[in-house]
Amino acid sequence: MRSKLSPAAKIYLAIVFVVLYAPIFYLIFYSFNSGGTMNSFEGFTLEHYQAVFDDNRLIVILINTIIVALLTGLFATIIGTLGAVGIVSLRNKKMRNVFLSLNNILIVSPDVVIGASFLILFTMIGVKLGFASVLISHIAFSIPIVVLMVLPKMLEMNTNLIDAALDLGASKRDVLMRVILPYIKPGIFAGFFMALTYSLDDFAVTFFVTGNGFSTLSVEIYSMARAGISLTVNAISGLVFVITVGVVAIYYFITSRSKKAEEV
Amino acid sequence: MKIKSKASLIPYIIWIALFVIAPIGLIAYYSLLDLNGDFTFANYQNFFTSAYLTMTLTSFWYAFLITFFTLLIAYPTAYFLTKTKHKHLWLMLIIIPSWINLLLKTYAFIGIFGLYGPINAFLEVFGFDPTQILFTDFSFVFVAVYVFIPFMILPIFNSLDKMNPSLIYASRDLGASAWTTFRRVIFPLTIDGVKSGIQVTFIPALSLFMITRLIAGNKVITLGTAIEQQFLVAQNWGMGSTIAVFLILIMFASMLFTRTSKKGGRV
Repeated sequence: MRSKLSPAAKIYLAIVFVVLYAPIFYLIFYSFNSGGTMNSFEGFTLEHYQAVFDDNRLIVILINTIIVALLTGLFATIIGTLGAVGIVSLRNKKMRNVFLSLNNILIVSPDVVIGASFLILFTMIGVKLGFASVLISHIAFSIPIVVLMVLPKMLEMNTNLIDAALDLGASKRDVLMRVILPYIKPGIFAGFFMALTYSLDDFAVTFFVTGNGFSTLSVEIYSMARAGISLTVNAISGLVFVITVGVVAIYYFITSRSKKAEEV
Repeated sequence: MKIKSKASLIPYIIWIALFVIAPIGLIAYYSLLDLNGDFTFANYQNFFTSAYLTMTLTSFWYAFLITFFTLLIAYPTAYFLTKTKHKHLWLMLIIIPSWINLLLKTYAFIGIFGLYGPINAFLEVFGFDPTQILFTDFSFVFVAVYVFIPFMILPIFNSLDKMNPSLIYASRDLGASAWTTFRRVIFPLTIDGVKSGIQVTFIPALSLFMITRLIAGNKVITLGTAIEQQFLVAQNWGMGSTIAVFLILIMFASMLFTRTSKKGGRV
């Protein structure tokens, strides 16, 4: 299949790359602009980054966002992994498919619908809109992706391993903790990572279920962007880009290392 | 595996009941309520008036345009990517922009498409007067396509990557032209990837509301914008739920659409 790329194909790919990255670098470039606009670069400055770190409200929002993401990752991974283990243990094919279809509903649901329906739900059962409602919604819409990440690992696992462990006298708990979990670890890890990014990236659902007092980065950027151009937002994107690339690099490093470890 | 307890399913079942089934039920229930909480079919009657039907049609039209252009750009990209030397590294690089917060990318276009932004500056070089690109249909479709491209590339790349290359050699050896090979061999074999790409683009494109607000001005042109408007601005949850019911129906239709593809895909 190593038919060389034609020059036209290379140019095409290059254009796609440039278009995909241009807006991001455009934002970051003007985050260093001492003029207040995104049009004419007047001089280099770090004052917008300074402004981000001096703004206590913004820092609190940033911390909120990270806390919500980490807690979401944790809880969604626990419930989702248990769910995947449970689904695989169902021997009734029909039941299994019912669960899988229900699982996929939240994945294909438009986020506006998720947000609106959760808003109704929280108002009905009396959950105060704020940190709790945001966290619960994030956990709720991250669970299905964890299940989808863990499930293939569960299915490819050799059931003899479990039978062997049981024959050798392991308790059910031991089987789960010492046989199943270590085997599906890569899936759990991927699920956790996906839950994190779902939570960090979400805007629409949060927008619906967040009250007045609580805000995440996405919602805050939205209100800032609606007010017009502010280079503080540019500085935030510079920071977000660096962190994103860092996290992706770490993730890439860990997964490729564990793959190598498997091969050995 | 028979002895394994089903206890691990309990939190998961609670989750399904509370956050999958209950919300759909609540949306259906609220769609039958008027502003005072009384039972009514008025919302549905409302939905079938020309104003809402036009909006639904425009929303579909935009979602179609967005999906079409996304596919048009993403398919060749995915195809060429599979032929690069370090394809997984390149794929990674394509995916990274999709991890940058959506709001930030949208915000970038407020500057790029602005009256004094780089696009207008570029056009001015060729003697065009600066025009307002922001708050037009073009800018809306462009930004939406930009946002969805990586999500479309990923499933197509995966299905192209899985394809057995000897099928292409066979087709070429038997005298098919490059185009025929693509049309009769490559495309049909990757249709699953295309379908899931369409699924992750079309439904979200119907329900976008943030991009319409920031880029397309305050025009209500998608179902998502209408829902947001009814819920958070007009505080008419009944009407908002009615529109949501239709989105949910469309969503179920799309789930069926992708399920049939899986049967064919398993050889």
